[in-house]
Order: sequence, then C-alpha cells, then structure tokens
Amino acid sequence: MADVLLRGGRVIDSNGERRADVLVAGSKVQAVAEGLSAPTGALVLDVGGCIVSPGLVDLHCHLREPGQEESECVETGTRSAALGGYTAVVAMPNTDPPVDSGSMVRDLAELGRSSLVEMAVAGAITVGRNGSRLAPMAEMASLGVKIFTDDGAGVQDSALMRNAMEYAAGIGVTIAEHAEDASLAAGGQMHEGSWSSRLGLPGSAAVAEEVMVARDLALARLTGARLHLMHLSTAGSIALVRQARMDGIQVTAEVTPHHLSLTDGALASYDPNLKMSPPLRSAEDVNAVRAGVAQSVVDAIATDHAPHPLEAKEVPFADAANGVIGLETALAVALTVLVSGSGPFIADVASGEDACVEGASAALGAPPDGAVGASGLLGIQELLALMSWKPARIACLDHSQGGPVVPGSQANICVVDLDAAWVVDPDRFASRSRNTPFRGWKLFGKVLHTICNGEPVVLDGEPQR
Amino acid sequence: MDPSTTVIAGKSSLRNLLSVNDLGADGLHEMMRITDFFAEVSARPIPKVPVLRGKTIACAFFENSTRTRLSFEAAAKRLSADTMSFGVSGSSISKGESFKDTIMTIDSLGADAIVVRHPSAGAANQVARWVSKPVVNAGDGSHEHPTQALLDCYTIREALKEKSLSGLRIAVVGDLSHSRVARSNVLAMSAMGAVVTLVAPRTLWPASLDGWPVHEITCDLDPILAHTDLVYLLRLQVERGAGGLLPSLREYTATYGLTARRAAMMPKGALVMHPGPVNRGVEMSSEVAEMPTTLVGHQVANGVLVRMAVLYYLLAGPEGVDAMDVSRDASVLSDAESASLVALDG
Ligand SMILES: [Zn+2]
Repeated sequence: MADVLLRGGRVIDSNGERRADVLVAGSKVQAVAEGLSAPTGALVLDVGGCIVSPGLVDLHCHLREPGQEESECVETGTRSAALGGYTAVVAMPNTDPPVDSGSMVRDLAELGRSSLVEMAVAGAITVGRNGSRLAPMAEMASLGVKIFTDDGAGVQDSALMRNAMEYAAGIGVTIAEHAEDASLAAGGQMHEGSWSSRLGLPGSAAVAEEVMVARDLALARLTGARLHLMHLSTAGSIALVRQARMDGIQVTAEVTPHHLSLTDGALASYDPNLKMSPPLRSAEDVNAVRAGVAQSVVDAIATDHAPHPLEAKEVPFADAANGVIGLETALAVALTVLVSGSGPFIADVASGEDACVEGASAALGAPPDGAVGASGLLGIQELLALMSWKPARIACLDHSQGGPVVPGSQANICVVDLDAAWVVDPDRFASRSRNTPFRGWKLFGKVLHTICNGEPVVLDGEPQR
Repeated sequence: MDPSTTVIAGKSSLRNLLSVNDLGADGLHEMMRITDFFAEVSARPIPKVPVLRGKTIACAFFENSTRTRLSFEAAAKRLSADTMSFGVSGSSISKGESFKDTIMTIDSLGADAIVVRHPSAGAANQVARWVSKPVVNAGDGSHEHPTQALLDCYTIREALKEKSLSGLRIAVVGDLSHSRVARSNVLAMSAMGAVVTLVAPRTLWPASLDGWPVHEITCDLDPILAHTDLVYLLRLQVERGAGGLLPSLREYTATYGLTARRAAMMPKGALVMHPGPVNRGVEMSSEVAEMPTTLVGHQVANGVLVRMAVLYYLLAGPEGVDAMDVSRDASVLSDAESASLVALDG
C-alpha cells in the first residue's frame, strides 16, 4: 500500500482545528505538520481548503446481509458508507436470520471480509428478536459485540427489558433501544397530528416513542446499565433525555438526518420514500431535536440506513416498507441543515411556520415540501463530533476510530469539500437501494476521499473497490 | 407537489379530482351547475348523450364497492363512453401484487380517465403521479371520497327551497377519524357556506382539526339538535363496537343513534342523511330511516348525475362546459360551439 500525503487541508478533530499536511504510512498516520514532503511513490492529494477529519462512524445501519440481499449486502452497504465518509459502521442485527447467537456473530465476521470499512456487529437482545427470551449476550460479547438491540422493534415486555439491562450491566455492554410502544403505535403509518388528520393516514403518536423512552430511562436508573436510545424523534423524548442526564443516568442518544431535515408535512405527497419508523414528526419536534443536538443532549447523528427494493416502496402507502437509506447523504444533509452558512433553504421552521408550502416548487434542486431550512446551529467541529468521535466512543470503537489525527493514530480519515454543492441522484448511489427521501435535493458538502486503515477506499468521490 | 392543485378558478382546467380541495368553492358551484344540466338530460326519454363517444373510462377498484363502481359505470355509459373495469374480486390480483403494474396496464390499454378506489390513503395521488390521464378518486382509505361529497351536497341543495347551503347548520355524526366521507363532506359543505359541527365520542375524533373547516367539535349530540338543520350520520363499522374504541354498539346507539325521540328535538323539516348502507338500529332507527326528510334514496340516484358531471368536466374540459351553457340558453353559436351542441343534443 502506497503512502498517502494529504496536502493543504484543514485538520479538524477532537483537538480542534489546524492547517496541516497529513502523511499516512501503512495503516497509521505517520506525520501531521505543515510543509511535509512526499516520500517517493506516495499518492499526493491536494486537499487545499478541504476538511480533513477522523472518519465518520455510523451507529445504526442495516446492511441486510444475510437474508435480504436484494436490498443491500455488506459490500454494497459499506461501499455506500465509504462514499459517505464513514470508516466504521455498526450493522444492525435484524438480518434474516437475526444475529442472536455466537455462530451468527462469527458468520457476520466472515461476511465482514467483503466490507470496505470497519464493520462492527450489534447483537439481538432476544432470541429471534421475538421479545420473549434473552439471547446469549455473554457469548456474543466474548466475540466482540458491544451493543445489543432488537432494532426494528422495541422490547415490549418491561420485565424482560429490566433483565436485559441487569445482564448487560453485568457484562459491560450497551443496550440500544428502538423506542416504540407497539400497542400505541399499532397501525400507524405517519406521525399523528395535524397532517395525519388532513391526509387520512393512520397516525402513530409521539407518546408511542416517549412512553418507552421514559420506561427505559427508569430501568437504566434502576439497573445502572448503559442505555443508548436510537433515532429519537420527538420533543418529549429529548426532554426526557435532558432530564435523565441531569439525574446522572448513563444514557446516550442518537438522531437521524431525516428527522433533522423533514417534517410530517412532506407526507402530503404520499411518497412511500418518506415512510419510516419512527415517522417524520411535526415542525415543533424537529426544532426540539435540533435544539437537543445543539445543546449536547444528543450524542450522535446516525443514519438508520434502511435499504428496501423498489417493490417494497412503489406500492400503496399503506403497504410500503418502513425505512430510508442515508449513508451517502448523511453528512451533506447534516451540513446543509445544521451548520452555519451552508444551507440553501428558505423555509424556516424555527419561526414556527409550517414547513409544507402547498404548491411549492418541486423542481430539481429545490427543497421539497416539508423540508426545513438551514439553522446555523452547529459549527463544523461540533457536527464532526456527533458523526465521528462521539459515536466511536458509544460503539467502543475509539481505539481505532474517531481520531484525533495525530502521529501514531489509526489512519481512518475522510476529506470533505465543504463548498461543493451537489444534487442527490439515487441512480448514482453505490447502495443497492434507491429509497432516499432526498432525491433532487441540492446539498452542500461533498466527501472527496475516504481512507480506511491507511487504504484510500474512496478517491475523488469514486470508490476504489 | 400535489399534481391536481390546479383549481378551477374561472375557467382554468381541473386535471384530476383527488380531493374536494382540488375544486374549491368555485369548482363546487360549477360542478353543481353541470349536474343540474345532466339531471335535465336524465329526465329525457333517452337519458343518454354522445359527448364522450370514443372515450374510455377505466374503473380500477382495489377495494370492493359495487355501488360506487356501478354508479361510475352508469355515468360513463350515459355519456356514451366505453368502460373498462378492474376489480379485486374479478381478477387474480391480491394485495401485495403490483398496484403500479396494474395501473400502467390500464393506462396502456388506452383509458382516457382512471377512476381509482383503494384501501390505502393517497393511492389516487400516487396514480396521478404515474399517469398523465385524469384521475378520479373514488375513495382512498380514510382520506377522501370527493364524488360522495359532491352527490351529498347536490342532494342537500335539491332538497332546499333556496338551493343553497349557505348558512345551513349541519352536524356530522359518527366515526370521524376513519371516515373519508366525513373528510370530503366537511370540506365541501363548508366551502359551500354551511356551518359544520362534528359530533363523536373522543375516541373517534380526528387527532387534530387542522384542515377541518368546522365550527366546533363535541361529544354531546342532544344539546345541538335544536340548532341543527341537517344531521349527516356516518356509517359505523360494527367492529368498532368491539371494545377498543367504543365500549359497545349498544352504548354508541344510546348516545349517538338518531332515534325518533332525537329527531323530534330537531327543527321542523330538518333533514337526515347517511351515505348508506344504513345499519338500522345503530346509526338511526328504522322510524327515522322511513321519514320523508331522510334522504338516503335520493343520494343514490344523484350519484350517477354528479359522476357524469365530474367525468364530463375532466374529459371535455372548460370548452365543453362553455358549449353546454350555450346549448341551454343561447341562440347564436360559433362553429365550435355548434359542434358541441350537436353532440350534446344528439
Ligand atoms: Zn429502529
């Protein structure tokens, strides 16, 4: 593997920002300084003006292998991740069969050999994700699993969840929850509120999420377990986590790019590519989630990359599968809607105005109905923290992921051109699926290069394998 | 984003009828006027006009509704259009098979307009995105059923001496949150000037009243009856009485059923409507169903007329409507108008 010299970039990591060249040799960062000279045979990349950051870490993606390879596999999903600037992902265990045993963890490790980035596997909390019996967590933990979740559904049985937390606390692993009370959410196809009442789509109320968040926080307090709350989407959930922090409960929380950028008003198009669980929420919820991000109540932005084939989305709304893909758009969406000065949108939900303007332009490049505008809530370093070093810590990947970019550190790096504008074209995705809610959006911030363990897996926006 | 937001303001054209909102107040009044014309046509010895000769109307019914389908087919036939029907019972398609493929097939078979009925809200909107032909929503999940609202408003207008809904005090009673009939009717009635009150137990209220132009919503039927000119009773699916949303059908009937006692609390001559079929003894008692002021039968007859108006408007366009006006009351015609007139009178 040739050495790589990144010349002229703005290095931003948990240590701050500095102008420096970065020399990568083998799988490590060898030097970080101004005016480095290129060793013979080194690949020299001019990254003048671009951000050089520790690679991004996604806490939540569905790679669909084994069992649903028509929508994604480890290779395509991690190629998609690399293109999005990720150098590590946590694969969700709701494959078919699910990752609920030591042998499945070993199978996934085998599949991981086709991965372009570091792939960690989450294990199921219950056998078959059925919510009735604890899965062999200690066995899976002995094989390196750090996070357990029945994602796709919440653990409905409160006594079982208490036991899962007790057990997890005993072996030092994290319980991650898809917080959704199934009885309250039953039949829901979108967020319950003014838009569901207009559109005649059955609603799933915010309380379906909040009831389970509140229960899990109480159980985490009781058991002392580490709790990670996935894809929080409501104002009430953010308020509960904020309070739990003050109470000293060990909890971390993630939110998704789509819950930060779209409201339930977008559903006026009845486009199944806007159907996901949890659903797109009201403008008030979006603002509260953004405030949670800005005030460090939220620890990570995770994609919930959930690929589905066309057959599962080009159907009547009621029959459509839940979920959207996000690995290739996450950073740009977050940059565009959260980071100061880079947003193209005019609609401003922060003013309390409804984001869905009827008859608004649907032209390519314009934000569709239900899109919410740039808010300038975060600096670039704060955003990278939420997408790189903080999630790396939650996933216990911080020995190799999340930087800082200093000599001797593992060479997991992404290079981003903040000023590059691009239009989302799903047909160009490396993902096997196309179910993005951002088709046609004009976004700012393009990933140019991704270096994973010293290997340039993406150069100039093109995957190298 | 909504492909049919073009409103009939003046003489601009309506591409699809997906929601009552596509019409607006002007469009609703226009549609009433066109329906009047077809009512006249239907009173003729041969109640048929060749205005849509050579056109094909496809009825794509992914949910059974013999009544609504027959009504659209009868409307198409009286306009001399050919019909093409697709129904879940009459074909091998099952839920999960490609909805889009079926629609694209109908489209390529040469349909000039597609009437869609589907259990999923938004299905007609999706169809309108896929095809360039006019699309009529004949009921989509709990969303809307605009032609039902048109026929109800036409029926009300016909029953009133003033031929106007303006200021009419209407109570819509029953399963509001799951009813496409309620949503479309509330939009249409209030756009035509009625003052609408919603009545239901809290478990059947919409989650929010945003987008519901109503005067008020209440759980209590009896106190408002004395100030109500028309009670519109929604059909209750009897499964709702299983205990999840309502303690029992008996309790619903005791609280919201329109009995002779409750009907007597209404002003003299007040009207009662129901989209049918009526669950006698649930939404209304048999006595109420038999009252002359109960308009269930008229609604069925008027259904064909309003659907003629909708299909004619979507396929013949504003020029067709202009020509129709001329045919009724003008004596001097342009060439184009005479051509249409010949067609109409033929
Ligand atoms: Zn989930």
